Amino acid sequence: MSVDELKIGGMGASRRRVEDNRFIRGKGRYVDDIVLPGMLHMEILRADVAHARIKSIDTSAAWEVPGVRLVLTGEMMAARNLAWMPTLSYDTQAVMATDKIRFQGQEIAAVIADDPYIAKDACSRIVVEYEQLPVIVNPIQAQDPAMPLIRDDKENQPTNKIFDWEIGDKARTDKAFEEADVVSTLELHYPRSHPSPLEPCGSIADYDRSTGKLTVYMTTQAPHIIRAAVAMVAELPEHMIRIVSPDLGGGFGNKVPVYPGYVISILASILTERPVKWIEDKTGNLISTGFGRDVYLKGEMALRKDGKILGMRMHTTSDHGAFFADAQPTKFKIGLMHSTFACYDVPAAHLTSVGYYTNKAPGGVAYRCSFRVTEAMFFQERMIHAAANDLGMDQAEFRRVNLVKDDMFPYRTAFGFLTDSGQYEKCLEVGMEAIGYRNFKQEQEEARKRGRLLGIGISTMTEPLGAGNSREYDILGIKMFDSAELRIHMTGKGILRTGAKTQGQGHETTWAQIVAHELGIPADDIVVEEGDTDTAPFGMGTYASRSTPVAGAAVAMAARKIRAKARKIAAHLLEVSEEDIEWELGRFYVRGNHDRGVTIQDCALAAYSNMPDGMEPGMESTAYYDPPNLTWPFAAYFCKVEVDPQTGVWDVLNFVAVDDCGVRINPMVVEGQVMGGLTEAYAMANMQYITFDESGNCIGSNYMDYLLPTAWETPGFELHEVVTPCPHHPIGAKGVGECATVAGPAAFVNAVMNAIEHAGARNVDMPLMPNRVFEALHTGNDISGMPPVKVD
Amino acid sequence: MTSLYNEVAADPGADVPTRRITITVNGDPRTVDVEPRLLLAHLLRQGLQLTGTHTGCDTTSCGACTVLFDGRPVKSCTMLAVQADGHEVETVEGMATASELHPVQEGFKECHGLQCGFCTPGMMLASKALLERNPNPTEDDVRWALSGNLCRCTGYQNIVKSVLWAADKMRAQNGEEA
Repeated sequence: MSVDELKIGGMGASRRRVEDNRFIRGKGRYVDDIVLPGMLHMEILRADVAHARIKSIDTSAAWEVPGVRLVLTGEMMAARNLAWMPTLSYDTQAVMATDKIRFQGQEIAAVIADDPYIAKDACSRIVVEYEQLPVIVNPIQAQDPAMPLIRDDKENQPTNKIFDWEIGDKARTDKAFEEADVVSTLELHYPRSHPSPLEPCGSIADYDRSTGKLTVYMTTQAPHIIRAAVAMVAELPEHMIRIVSPDLGGGFGNKVPVYPGYVISILASILTERPVKWIEDKTGNLISTGFGRDVYLKGEMALRKDGKILGMRMHTTSDHGAFFADAQPTKFKIGLMHSTFACYDVPAAHLTSVGYYTNKAPGGVAYRCSFRVTEAMFFQERMIHAAANDLGMDQAEFRRVNLVKDDMFPYRTAFGFLTDSGQYEKCLEVGMEAIGYRNFKQEQEEARKRGRLLGIGISTMTEPLGAGNSREYDILGIKMFDSAELRIHMTGKGILRTGAKTQGQGHETTWAQIVAHELGIPADDIVVEEGDTDTAPFGMGTYASRSTPVAGAAVAMAARKIRAKARKIAAHLLEVSEEDIEWELGRFYVRGNHDRGVTIQDCALAAYSNMPDGMEPGMESTAYYDPPNLTWPFAAYFCKVEVDPQTGVWDVLNFVAVDDCGVRINPMVVEGQVMGGLTEAYAMANMQYITFDESGNCIGSNYMDYLLPTAWETPGFELHEVVTPCPHHPIGAKGVGECATVAGPAAFVNAVMNAIEHAGARNVDMPLMPNRVFEALHTGNDISGMPPVKVD
Repeated sequence: MTSLYNEVAADPGADVPTRRITITVNGDPRTVDVEPRLLLAHLLRQGLQLTGTHTGCDTTSCGACTVLFDGRPVKSCTMLAVQADGHEVETVEGMATASELHPVQEGFKECHGLQCGFCTPGMMLASKALLERNPNPTEDDVRWALSGNLCRCTGYQNIVKSVLWAADKMRAQNGEEA
């Protein structure tokens, strides 16, 4: 008589999404859809040069445009102590330039007017005089003592270096290299890219002087962090700040940081006492908001002749732009780069990292990844590919030899992570079978005889998803836990709120499935609400695939608290002691008498109408969840390509993705995320990158220059699953949203390299544009995306 | 008649020219005074409060602002409102009737053809236009017809499935009627 879990939309049901009902009718409510009475519109004037001293700013003509209410400059911001703000990485960032322009696109002034057209008109009338300075566009130039100091605003900042950081055991690693039969090396650049959700960033600040309350509707993946940041930056009391993150048109890490536009709109609303809307245009979004990647990686691997990895040395040089604004756990300077090689049994490893300021927009957001994990895993899988070739070993076999075996968990990596579960070899096998790996070599040889170039690429990895635990993971000291609050009404329906914030992941659908799984209440009876800091419990938001590992766990725990209370009520209703009560999904019954029972809905009604003596009425619970460890999903991706030797164009013939993300709450949603992530991986491998010319001009400031794949180019994907439940997560789930973006690029690149490396090239940097592939094939040379080292 | 940005309190200045235009939006003729430079997307979103038409890129690249203009998909972020004078415009808000979703809308929900929902209105309208001229498209036909619309979430595979699902349903419906 228990309810059928799949029928009530519980765990494992591919429940159709609740949020779709409004989106397919055009009734989503994104920030730009919100109109408040008396609302003004703000436009930001951005720098068109990358490095310059500001000599003067003349705003007089802007003030004269009819309909202009306010023109703000850095000087006016500074007078209110708002010209600078702290970043999420203990640096400072200019809200509006006062002394110097440090990157193209930096905020110089803002116009607040009756409509956005007037604001744009007035912006174009502001005259700025610059004294241009030499521009630094890469970390190699940043090290040149002849180049200027970008951050001359800071004390104790004599050079353009931001940090030196290391982790691992150097002595042990050195020893491993002494014992090596073969040392394999690799050097590459993971190019700068932009997460580029379709919806740009924006905010509507609404300050009410009569109550002192500030409400900000904002494109943010982490509303509670923003509330804390606004309290600090604007010196407003936290309880008088309400951040509302409505529907978000994608995030991918781009909507985690605090951007100057948000802060400027807040000040503008305080000064005008009117709501002020700021909606960034696409160019503003692409040139000024959180970039990802831009890391130069090199490493060497110590190997035994039989294929065993003995040790790994790695060095990263990262380009952070003009402000160190990486959104990442504070303890780690280069994110979780040291999760690299976590799926392999590598006895010794050492990583050194150095970061530099350049005249580019701040970078370092976790673009659909768990803090630099994308760069870490890409390097890992390119290195594995190179090492297998150097040993003359088969790619799959080399992986099989070195993957952590099922009986080795929990496994402590050389960098100190604790991986806890997985069936790596099984995933590898499923993928090999699906793509026809064992026949491929023959296929490849036969094709080559006919002048066709086929290649196969593998990428296998486990990645750390779902920060934290709070022992190790915090942002600016705030521990990375998350939360859920569940209220069951007297009719057995309810509302669930969490500290996460959906941006397309489908929380409104899947969170209710967890409640259904725990309580047997149909998912349709639970409404899910997120993003309003006045109503949602405190949480760290949604990024780094942390929603299901952390907030999702909190949902299960909140539901279990409800069930514990309902059990007491059931005992009261059934007139037996609590020890004699048994649970089946949706129902309590008396042990030994299955027919005598009450439903969870009966208990809910009794919580408001017939509770036991002395029991607190109502049926509500709150759970704050601090996970004991990260979750470790595994991915094994196989890609088969054909390269056209005449043009360097490559086509994906087949792509097989095997994902083990533990227990799947909603398989349809999981598969949707995997396919989306694979497409971003394909984009990175094939076309999507942003570069800068020597003057610091951003080449890629619109969708005509910054290429994103369409339905036409994007290949199809074949998905497979293996399930190894997470041992510590209440429902056995692991993060998944980013696995494909993280593990995907190396599968494509390894496949293309496999097709052309017989000609001699060892590496072609992403994106693998036809001209690069063509050149590598016909010259046999490596193609580097790195800037040429200056030779004097 | 509706005027754009009717919250404006200040004298906009005597030198701002306006033109009176009439556009049939989702079947309703609407007359409005607009500045000639006003974009169609902004008229729909602000003036007519039809916020299902999204503006993503401002450069005719992403297709989030796609509407049907006399039945053909156009990107309303790079079309002036005055160019629509005397024409018919259909937005996502016009797709469903009071009681029934359009099969394309049903298909997108059924096949998980959307995640964040931002590209969805444009995708669905481009799909509707495709199915009206080609009721039995191949996967390639769908991919080509939607190649002017970007999606950052789904990887397109489920969008293609959604459109083919809708095509099946529409053909079945039309078969029943015939």
